[in-house]
Amino acid sequence: MANTRVLSLNNLSKRFGSVVANDAVSIELHRGEVLALLGENGAGKTTLMNMLFGHYMPDSGSIDVADERGDMHPLTLGHPQAALDAGIGMVHQHFTLAENLTVLDSILLGSESLWSWRHKRKAAREKVGRIMVRTGLVAPLDEQVGKLTVGERQRVEILKALYHDARILVLDEPTAVLTPQEADALFENIGAMTKDGLSVIFISHKLREVLAFSHRIAVLRHGQLVGEIATSDADERVIARMMVGADTPATPRDAMEPGAPVLELRAATVKGDSARTSLHAADLTIHAHEIVGIAGVSGNGQSVLARMVSGLASPDSGEMWVSGDRINRFTPPVLQKAGVGRIPEDRHHDGVIGAMSVAENLVIERLSDSDVQKRGFLLHKSIRRHAEELCKEYDVRGPGIDADARLLSGGNIQKLILARVFECMPDLILANQPTRGLDLGAAAEVSRRLLEARSRGAAVLLISEDLDEVLALSDRIIVIHDGQLHEAHSKDREAIGLMMAGEHA
Amino acid sequence: MIRIEPREAPSRWWTIGVPMASALLALLLAAIPLMAAGANVFEAYAHMAKGIFGSTFAFTEMLTRATPLIFTGLAATLAFRAKLWNIGAEGQLYLGAMAAVTVGTGLIDAPSLILIPIILLAGAAAGAAGMAGPAYLKTRFGADEVVTTLLLNFIILIFLQMMLEGPLKDPMGMGWPQSEPIVDNGILPQLMPRMRLHAGLIIALVAAAIAHVMLSNSVWGFKLRAVGENAAAALHAGIGVKRTMMSAAIVSGAVAGIAGVSEVAGLRGYLTTDLSPGFGYTGIVVAMLAGLSPIGVVISAVFIASVFVGADTMSRAMGVSSYLADLVVALSLICVLIGGFIARYRITRTNKGDA
Amino acid sequence: MDILQILISDSFWAAALRIATPLIFGVLGALICERSGVLNLGIEGIFAAGAMAGWMAVWLGAGLWGGLLVAAMVGGFFGLIHAILTVPLGLSQHVSGLGVTMLATSVSYFTYRTALPQVSSPPKIEPFQPLDIPVLSELPFIGPVLFQQTAMTWLALFMVALVWWVLNRTPLGLAIRAVGDNPDAVDAQGLSVYGLRIGAIVAGSALMALGGAFLTMSAFDSFFFGMVNGRGWICIALVIFASWRPGKALLGALLFGAFDAFQVRLQTEVGAFVPSQVFLMAPYVLSIFALVIVARRAEYPGALLKPWFKGQR
Repeated sequence: MANTRVLSLNNLSKRFGSVVANDAVSIELHRGEVLALLGENGAGKTTLMNMLFGHYMPDSGSIDVADERGDMHPLTLGHPQAALDAGIGMVHQHFTLAENLTVLDSILLGSESLWSWRHKRKAAREKVGRIMVRTGLVAPLDEQVGKLTVGERQRVEILKALYHDARILVLDEPTAVLTPQEADALFENIGAMTKDGLSVIFISHKLREVLAFSHRIAVLRHGQLVGEIATSDADERVIARMMVGADTPATPRDAMEPGAPVLELRAATVKGDSARTSLHAADLTIHAHEIVGIAGVSGNGQSVLARMVSGLASPDSGEMWVSGDRINRFTPPVLQKAGVGRIPEDRHHDGVIGAMSVAENLVIERLSDSDVQKRGFLLHKSIRRHAEELCKEYDVRGPGIDADARLLSGGNIQKLILARVFECMPDLILANQPTRGLDLGAAAEVSRRLLEARSRGAAVLLISEDLDEVLALSDRIIVIHDGQLHEAHSKDREAIGLMMAGEHA
Repeated sequence: MIRIEPREAPSRWWTIGVPMASALLALLLAAIPLMAAGANVFEAYAHMAKGIFGSTFAFTEMLTRATPLIFTGLAATLAFRAKLWNIGAEGQLYLGAMAAVTVGTGLIDAPSLILIPIILLAGAAAGAAGMAGPAYLKTRFGADEVVTTLLLNFIILIFLQMMLEGPLKDPMGMGWPQSEPIVDNGILPQLMPRMRLHAGLIIALVAAAIAHVMLSNSVWGFKLRAVGENAAAALHAGIGVKRTMMSAAIVSGAVAGIAGVSEVAGLRGYLTTDLSPGFGYTGIVVAMLAGLSPIGVVISAVFIASVFVGADTMSRAMGVSSYLADLVVALSLICVLIGGFIARYRITRTNKGDA
Repeated sequence: MDILQILISDSFWAAALRIATPLIFGVLGALICERSGVLNLGIEGIFAAGAMAGWMAVWLGAGLWGGLLVAAMVGGFFGLIHAILTVPLGLSQHVSGLGVTMLATSVSYFTYRTALPQVSSPPKIEPFQPLDIPVLSELPFIGPVLFQQTAMTWLALFMVALVWWVLNRTPLGLAIRAVGDNPDAVDAQGLSVYGLRIGAIVAGSALMALGGAFLTMSAFDSFFFGMVNGRGWICIALVIFASWRPGKALLGALLFGAFDAFQVRLQTEVGAFVPSQVFLMAPYVLSIFALVIVARRAEYPGALLKPWFKGQR
C-alpha cells in the first residue's frame, strides 16, 4: 500500500462570491485505502469532492489520477465525463437516480455510446451479477428505483460506480440515511472492495464510524485542511478538537419537572401509500417543560407525523389533543389557533416565500390579526415596524426587511422562521430537522431558543435525523421505525440504534 | 466555461427598462420581414407612426383597440400571479359578450344607470363561470388548466356559433349569424363626439387601478401572491391555497368577461363570431410585457394596440400583410422573456484552466 | 344505417386512421419533448408552420418528400427557439411555448400572404395519393382501412415503432427518460442535460411539423388560415391520456380519430334534430373529459416543467 498513489489533489481552491469554500487543499490517496474526510457542515468537504468529480471548476490547483498501470496523469477539470473516464465514481449525498428507471437501466445509464441502436442488457446483467457476488452489494435489478428503500438506492449508486469501473470511490455522507447497523454492513462491503484494490474517500461528520472504518483521516475546517492523521493514532477527542478548533461544549440544560400534557396522540393512524409514509396507532404525550425527541432513520414516518401535527394531513383513525382540546379538523390554521408553532423540515420549500419580502414572511401566519390588516387591507407601516423589531430581537441579518427572503442565508432564513414561530408564544413547538444544514452558530441559536421555550413552559416535539442532537436536547426519546413509535428507556446510543433498525427488546 | 448566476436584487431600472427595450427591439426586428416583403422599411415605419399619431381619430382608434387588451391583460396578470395558467381569456371574453347580448337586447327594460351595470355584471359572471370550471377541475381532479382552458376556447367559440344561429340570432339580421343589437340604454357612452372611443376605456383604467391596489395592499392580494410564488409554503402558513386559486380564477375570468361586454356594448353594438381577433391570447403578451403588474398592463396594452393599428395603416398603404402585427407581438413576448432572464441572471465567464 | 353498421364499415375505420394521422405525429412529438422534461406548447404553431412550409416547398417544386423534409426542418427550427428559451435559460415553459405558437403561426401566415398577396381561391398542389398496394388493398376490410392510406399514414405508424424502440431499447432513449425524471442522474454520468433536452425538443418539434404537413400535403391540397384548429392542443391532452407511452399514444390518437369519424357519420343520421355544432364541439369536450379522468393517477415525468441549471444542486 505504501507507494501506490492513485490520486493527488494539489492546492485546490474555490470561492463562491465572498465565501472561501476551499483554500489550497492538498490530499493524497493510495491504492486500497479508506480515507475519511471529516469536518463540520460547511467545512468544504462536499465542495472539494465536487471539484474532484468535475461538477465545480476550481479557481486554482490541479488534480492527478493514476491510470490502470499506476502512472499519474493530470485530470481535465470541470468535466464529470473526464472524472468518470479516469475511474472516479461518486455517490452523492442526495442520490442521483431517476426513479422511473429500473435498477439495471440506472446502472446502464451513461455506460454505452448514446448512438448505439440497442442496449447490451444481457452482458450488462452478467457484469453487474459478478460485481454483486464479489462485493456482497445486492439490489433487485428489474425493480423500479422509485420503489426501493434508501439503503437499496445507495447500493445501486455504488454498483453503478463499480460498473463504470471506478477505481476510486467517493461517498458523500453515506450513512446519513442509514441505521447504525445498515451503516456497519455498508462498511463491511467497502472493506471487501478495498481488498480488490479499490480506494475509497468517504465524507462524514460522525466521529464514531470514521474511527472504526477508515485507515487515515483528513480534517477540513473553514475550507482548509487542518490535519491528517492515521486512524490508529487518533481518538475522538483529538479529531473533535481538529474539527471545531476546541472541545465541544455540552449544551447546558437544567432539569425540569414536566407540567400538564400539551400534545396527546391516541392511536393516531395515517394510512399512506407505503409503510414509509404511514403512521400506525401512534401514542404520544408531551408535557409542558418537556422536549421529546423523535429519533429515526429518514423515511420511517417522521414526515407524516410532522404533517399531521402541522395540520397538513389528517389521521384516518385515532385522536389528537392539544392543550386539552380535541383536534377535529386538520388544517394549518386550526393547529395554529390551538397553539402549535411549526418549524418545517424544508425551510426553503415550506418555510418562506422567497419572492416575498422578509417583512411579509414574518406576518404570513397572522394575516387576520388586527396589527396586520384592517378590513382586508394590509397595514404596511405596522408590518414593517413589527419586522424591524423581530429582526433585531432574533438577529436576522440580510439586505433588509424589504428585501426578498430568498436573499437570506440558510441560517438567517431559519432565524426568520424562529422569530415568526416563537413570537406567538406557542404551547407546542414542532421542530422538524431544525438545525439541518446550519453552521454551528446558527444551530446553537436554534438549540438555545428551543431550551428557552421549554423553560417558559412550552412542549417541544423535536424530529431529527441527527442522533447527537436528539440526545443532547431531549428529555425523553421516542424512536420511530416503519411508522411506529417506541419509547427509548435510556439515552444509550447502541440501544437506540438497534431500535432505529426495528429491533427492540 | 459559461456560468449562470442569479443577480442579488435586480434594480428598479431593470424591471422597467427590460420590457421597454424588448418592445422596441421587437419593433425593430419587424424590419426583417418588411424587407423580405420587399417594402421600404423607413416608409413602413412612417406609415405605422402616422396610423397611431397621425390624427385625433387615429389616436382614439388606438385607444379603442387598447381597451379590450387592458382587460385581457389584467385577466392574465391576476391569474398568472397565482400561477394559474388561464389561457382561456378568449373564450371567457365571448362568454361575457354572450351574457351581454342575452340581458342587453331587450330582456330588461331599464334606464342606462341601471341597465349598464346589470350588463357588466352579467358579463363578469359569465366570464367568471368560464374560468371557475377549469380551476375546479384543476383543484379537484388535478387536470392541467392550460389544456382545459385552451380547449374551452374552441368549445365556447363553437357554442357561440350555435347560439348565433339559434336562440341569440337576430331575426332582422338578413340570415347572418349575428345577435340582435344591444338596446340604446345598454350602450356604453362615447367619450368623444364622432370617435369610436367609449366608456369601456374608463372601466378598464379603473379595473387596472383596483387590481393594483388589491394586489399590493389587500390581504387577498397577499394570499394570491403567496400562493403563486410558493404554494407549499403558503399552505404550510395556513393560507387556503385552493380557495385562493378559485378566487383568482373567478376574478380573472370576470375581467375577461367584461372585455367581451366592453366590445359588444361599447364598440360593435351586436355580437358576431369575429368580435375578438385573438384579444384573449394577445392579453397574455400584454401581461408578460407588463411584468405582471396591473399598471404596466395599461402601458403595454397601449403599445400592443399601437402595433396593431399602426400595422393596419401600413398594410393598407403599402400592401404588406397585416399579419406583421401578430409577428411583432409574438416577437415582443419572446424578447421580453429573454430580457427578463437577463434582468434576473448574470452570465459570467470563468477561466477555463484545463491543466 | 344504424350505429353498429357504422362501426363495422371499412370506410369508417379508414377515416378514423386518416383523422388520427396528424395527431399521431403531434402526440409523438409532444411525448418526446415531455419525456425529456419540457412541455412544448409551441405545438399548435409548429403544426401551422409545418403545414405552410411543407405545402409551400411542394408548391415551389420541391417534391412531396422534399416538402416533408422542409416541414420537419422548419418545425425543428421553432423547436430550437423553444429549447433555447426553456433549457439553458430555464424560462417558463408555458409562456415560452405560447410565444413560439404565436411566432410560428404569425410567421407562417405572414409568409403565405407575402408570397401569395391576392388570391381568391388558394392554389393547390398534387398531394400524397393513397398507396393502393396491389393485392393487399383488395383484401376485405383491412384493404381499404390500411392499404389505401397515403404514405404519410404509414410514416406515422412507422414513427410510433421507431419512437418506442428508441425510448425503450437504446442508450439514447434511456438517457432521455432519465433526463426527464432526474437531470442530476444524467449529469452525474457525464452526459449533457442541455444537449439531451435540446435534441429531444428539436426532434419532437420536427415530428409535430410533419403532423401539420399532413394537413396540407395529404388530407387537403392547399393551405388556409386557421386550419390547425386546436389539433396541437388536443395532442397535449392526448399525451397525458397516453401516460407518455408511444403505444398508448397511437391508441389514444386512433380512439380520437374513431370518435371524430363517428360523430361526422352520426351527424348525417341525426343532424336534423341536433345542431351540427354539438358534433363539432365533441372532440374538444372529449379531450377535456379524457384529461380529467386520467389526471389524478397520471405519472408525470418527474422533472417536467422544472428548469435545471448546471452546477446548481
